Amino acid sequence: MSSIPDQPGVTSGAATPPASGPTVTPVTPVSEGKTGAPDDKLPDGVLSGSGEPGANDLDAQWPAGRDPIRLLDARWLRLPRQPLLRHLLFGAVTAVGFYLLTSSLSAFNNFRIGEIALYTIALAGLSLLTGTNGQISLGQGAFMAVGAYTLGVLMTHTHWPLAVDVLAAIVLSGALGVVVGMPATRLKGPYLAGMTLILALALPRIADKYTVFFGGDQGLTVTAPTPPGTIDPQRWLTWIQLAGAIIVLILLANLTHSRFGRSFRAVRDDEIAAGLSGIHVARTKVLAFTVAASCAGLAGAFLGLSIGVVNTGEFSLSLSIYLLAGMVLGGAGSMLGAWWGAIVIVFMPGWSNSIANSFNLGSAVAANLSLVIFGLVLIVVIMVVPMGIQGGIGWLAQRALSLIRGVGQPRGSRAPPDISTTPDITTGGG
Amino acid sequence: MSLFVNLTLNGITNGMIFAAVALGLVFIWRATHIVNFGQGSMAMFTTYLAVTLLDRHLNYWLAFAAALVAGLVMGAVIETILIRPLAGKPALNPVIVTLGLFILLEGMAGSIFGIGSRSFPPAFSQAGLTFGHTKVAFSHFDVFILIAVVALMLGTLALFRATSLGLRMRAAAFAPEVARLLGVRVGRILTLGWALAAVAGSLAGLLVAPTVSFSPNFMDLVLVYAFTAAVLGGLDSPVGALVGGLVTGLALSYVGGYLGSSLEPLGALAILMVVLSARPEGLFSRPAPRRV
Amino acid sequence: MLDVEELSVSYGAVQALRGVTFQAQDGSVTAVLGANGAGKTTLLRTVSGLVKQQSGTVSYDGVKLSGLSVENIVRLGVSHVPEGRGVIEELTVEENLRLGTLWQFSHRQRRSVLDEIYELFPPLAEGRSRMASTLSGGERQMLAIGRALSSKPTLLLLDEPSLGLAPLVTAQIMALVRRLARETRLTVVLVEQNVRSALSIAEEAVVINLGRVVIADRAATVAADTQLRHHYLGF
Repeated sequence: MSSIPDQPGVTSGAATPPASGPTVTPVTPVSEGKTGAPDDKLPDGVLSGSGEPGANDLDAQWPAGRDPIRLLDARWLRLPRQPLLRHLLFGAVTAVGFYLLTSSLSAFNNFRIGEIALYTIALAGLSLLTGTNGQISLGQGAFMAVGAYTLGVLMTHTHWPLAVDVLAAIVLSGALGVVVGMPATRLKGPYLAGMTLILALALPRIADKYTVFFGGDQGLTVTAPTPPGTIDPQRWLTWIQLAGAIIVLILLANLTHSRFGRSFRAVRDDEIAAGLSGIHVARTKVLAFTVAASCAGLAGAFLGLSIGVVNTGEFSLSLSIYLLAGMVLGGAGSMLGAWWGAIVIVFMPGWSNSIANSFNLGSAVAANLSLVIFGLVLIVVIMVVPMGIQGGIGWLAQRALSLIRGVGQPRGSRAPPDISTTPDITTGGG
Repeated sequence: MSLFVNLTLNGITNGMIFAAVALGLVFIWRATHIVNFGQGSMAMFTTYLAVTLLDRHLNYWLAFAAALVAGLVMGAVIETILIRPLAGKPALNPVIVTLGLFILLEGMAGSIFGIGSRSFPPAFSQAGLTFGHTKVAFSHFDVFILIAVVALMLGTLALFRATSLGLRMRAAAFAPEVARLLGVRVGRILTLGWALAAVAGSLAGLLVAPTVSFSPNFMDLVLVYAFTAAVLGGLDSPVGALVGGLVTGLALSYVGGYLGSSLEPLGALAILMVVLSARPEGLFSRPAPRRV
Repeated sequence: MLDVEELSVSYGAVQALRGVTFQAQDGSVTAVLGANGAGKTTLLRTVSGLVKQQSGTVSYDGVKLSGLSVENIVRLGVSHVPEGRGVIEELTVEENLRLGTLWQFSHRQRRSVLDEIYELFPPLAEGRSRMASTLSGGERQMLAIGRALSSKPTLLLLDEPSLGLAPLVTAQIMALVRRLARETRLTVVLVEQNVRSALSIAEEAVVINLGRVVIADRAATVAADTQLRHHYLGF
């Protein structure tokens, strides 16, 4: 296997820090939900606009270690500096916001919100694995299937409480994540993509084979949780899913902030250098894989609860690729990006149907338009705006901020390198 | 015993098809160090074009040729528009773009040609040949498959070893910068590499289509198995593509025959994991030294 | 004639060349000297088009080279032997040599061009079917130069040909370069760390330090300037 290092091994942080005096504390509107951790922005070495250090405006202006979400220099509102407290605060505020929101919406819209929440969980895990740790995985849909089927099987064959079933879904998919993650440590980009692609195709087939246990074509029935008191069942389920999403995002944001997060990024940017500086590369990669798989397992269980049935039709290869597209669109490595991606995934079938119908394109198009659009999304986003929606928003915010402040980086302080970048046989210099 | 014989013959013909697609993957890998996950979908699309022409009663071989030409054009266009702009950028980007291409083409095929599965007429009879008193699972069409893929392989060998163009292509793959200093138009060579790879894929699509229920995702598994074959043989080795294809075809045939067809993808996964753990560079390629 | 005027090149924030100006006359050998990291290799790579300049002009025979692709610059008669030689190991000796002839010569002509190269470098003739990876350092240098000559260039850029070679081999190669320049009106720009041998065959010398030209003069003058030699050339 070719072992040419795929990614230029430079972490951001070479630029001068933005000029600022007193501690700037971030204020984010409640509806934006989770905050991004400082290095929660787009990773430079993976999907950002260029492999060149500094060529990407984002990292010229947001060196490592500084919180990218600084919308206002608000001295009168001080938020806790500690990441954990900050995340908990945002989580609590978001939870309250969503409570109010769901109480006023119809059952169908609550169902939608629940779907968004569960896809956010899956995308957040994938974002951690691919964006922060640089391992591209097409198997996220397969792990969702594992979680869903665990839930389904346990519900069908046992009488354990729902919480145990869900926990089992998480644990089992996490365990499979370890199993898959271990050989995956030796694989670089395309090889890993290929292997997880086969995984996505192969796993659901097992359910096809052992139809008695796995319910065959009809699948396994899943009963929704009974709410306490007189709470509407759909709303109760949505709250559970939202709670799950908020908790997962808080955990993941903390993880990204911690030394594990730094290890993830170090391994992503330059495996060899990371190994030489004492990071246990294989363990780091397996950890990322396991976390992503566990998230997917939880999301899959939630999906089963939402739909009421678990069958292989839900977990085709398209799901895994949609998840990848959602992640890329939302912004790889970004927790907030996970929400954007989830929204697109949930609403896309509806949108394509409307488009197909309003242009009288016929049923064949209606069924396939989602595929076309997601395919275009993957291609166009990577080629044009690799940082995704969240990265784009952050970039705009930073621009707006510089305008408001009248300060900020002088234009073109980092001249993008303008030279041939093809690797060559010379040793350079001279 | 006859099951074993039939499985073996089946494995060989399937293996040749995997080898053809794998060869395309190898071309592209050697030229641009990209795995083209859209290879299967591109082949599927050109095969749909062929079947549309056949529906309009065009001569079979003309439609066949048209599909190959369409592949040539498609490969060239995709390389120029999608892949070339990504040169010099992070290496994960082309992976994602080719995956996007994968579903884009499937969606487009479904939209344009309809999603129902249908059948693709074979070039030759698919009835099993009879040797003495026994009927074997090997038909005229299977012979055609063998001949076509062998011709592809020999053609590739001749191109690379015996022509100036092949020399340029090898130089561009091994040492692009030095090749440029020697006047080789590396950009055009890359486009050509993609175009030829697409032709190999189109050929494979035409060979597979009569044997399966023909719908927009009929090449998905073929791509995945071809990828396994290419990795097994070594992503930069055309010979490896052939051997890898045959080994994969045989192995999966036995798995499918003795353990059940649903477990075939799992078999491919197992092969892949074994190869990547034991000899990641594949059977036939030279391990490259790690540059630090 | 190669005309370089106020050439400035930078890699991102690093300025590799600043306002470099010099000429190389037809049929002459110009030595480009300086310490490691001075910018010598960058200079050659800019002339051959591998590296884009920020400002200034490089023209050859009146044609501006900036903005031209490498392949088109080669077709103007420029041949660059890069640092490290760039021998393609996966090809044979003959394939390496043939590669240089492809863009210019027809089938029949290629054969005779190759024969000329073999005459210049008999060891290459003997090992023509060997894989280039099996060649020694001296043989690789011969192969690299032979390959560069196989397109019958009029401007030859050599980047540290003596690197890693025994003194005797270096001397032979230098002598050959001078002979070619004299006999075929080949313009040679020679980047070298081995200052003595470079100055021994060059008519002109350019000394570069930290991206700037310190002096561009006749080689004899530069060699005689002991202060300059101490300061920039290390002897």
